[in-house]
Amino acid sequence: MQNINLIVIGGSWGGLQASLSILSGLPAGFKIPVILVLHRLKNYESDLAGVYKNKLALNVMEIEEKEKISGNYVYIAPSNYHVLIEKDQTFSLDVSEYENYSRPSIDVTFTSAAEVYGAGTAGILLSGASRDGSKGLKNIKENGGLSIVQDPEEAEVDTMPRSAIDIVPDCSVMNLKSIQEFLLSI
Amino acid sequence: MKLEDNNIFEQEVEGLIRDINTSYGYDFSGYSRASIYRRVKRFLTNKNLNSMRDLKIAVFSDPFYFESFLQEITVNVTEMFRDPAFFLSLRKNVLPILSTYPHIKIWDAGCSTGEELFSLAILLQEEGLLERTRIYATDINQKVLKKAKEGIFPANQLAASTSGYYASGGKKEFTSYYISNYGNLKFNSSLIKNVIFYPHNLATDSSFNEFHLILCRNVLIYFTSELQEKVFSLFNGSQVRLGYLALGKKETLSMSEASKSYNIIDKENRIYRKTS
Repeated sequence: MQNINLIVIGGSWGGLQASLSILSGLPAGFKIPVILVLHRLKNYESDLAGVYKNKLALNVMEIEEKEKISGNYVYIAPSNYHVLIEKDQTFSLDVSEYENYSRPSIDVTFTSAAEVYGAGTAGILLSGASRDGSKGLKNIKENGGLSIVQDPEEAEVDTMPRSAIDIVPDCSVMNLKSIQEFLLSI
Repeated sequence: MKLEDNNIFEQEVEGLIRDINTSYGYDFSGYSRASIYRRVKRFLTNKNLNSMRDLKIAVFSDPFYFESFLQEITVNVTEMFRDPAFFLSLRKNVLPILSTYPHIKIWDAGCSTGEELFSLAILLQEEGLLERTRIYATDINQKVLKKAKEGIFPANQLAASTSGYYASGGKKEFTSYYISNYGNLKFNSSLIKNVIFYPHNLATDSSFNEFHLILCRNVLIYFTSELQEKVFSLFNGSQVRLGYLALGKKETLSMSEASKSYNIIDKENRIYRKTS
């Protein structure tokens, strides 16, 4: 099996619950860094990182600019910023235009991850009422990484998974339980 | 884009950055690369340019084209009362202290199209400080300064601006600050009658005054640690003792040498105060 060095997860409507159900099964010693990009309401003070902290064994932090990416961490994209990754595996934040009506945009982070981690990237796209993430997932696939999409039958809202399957037909479609098992196997 | 192609693309952008410095004197070498590469890609797509070669020809044959390129490469997306909690803190924790000075000098560094500037001016007016405050609004980009001076913002942002205004402690009717016309909002020009606009490049230009408050929000995220260090030192040298420095919500002074000269007074909203 190929070496995975970074896991990026994107979700929108229904993505919070779906990502919690995957990540809550990962042990504190899980070595691969996880970046989570969820669409959020802007200027709305919600302690998303706090929600994950309570439920996960892994360390959780909201991304700060220039933070070095390391294992044992789940990194949460902050509200109202795009998250980019530099060649030296640190985060850059960006307040430029919305992509797919979203900031943070999943496409932006997935694409940036593919450009830095190449075939070592695993992208996972979950439930959502948006088309964000499909192009990013395609970029990951094109560079030899893994593209995983939540089974639309299981997703709370299937727009995002179906859009991804349209655009990246050779992606792996899995339910949440299989995604979790897969992550535990790498 | 495939990684091989991407590597070539990035090398070409590095060449472009060097040539821009030579030809136009704008130094982007201290800018975070992930953002610059993404902005250049976006520019190529939006302008239907097929190659970096086409871009270079356009940029170096026409200074006006370069201006528009400059405007796209430096991010100029902003909004009124972005992070209302920050403006509320400014109103509650900083302005009362500034009000003890007979004259107040503020630097809005990287003011872009002026949304933050007008938000600040509204706060100052409501706290009775606008008349004795001079604001220096600077940006690398002359085009956006011109827009900031006009104070005309698209009405499609109105709902967010209005809720931001009230969440930041707004005391009046927000509608009293602007006239609505043809999908635009024209803000009262009296708000900026004490504002001095001029081009200033944080990467290369030096200190020009001493300020009681410096606002530089969501500008430093585009700079490398080295350039950030330089800018913090510039700010440090441009502040009175006990002056305030306000950064963006995800920016920090803590990794920098200059942090020794500042205390953090509001961690959540990244407001610092100079100690010495």
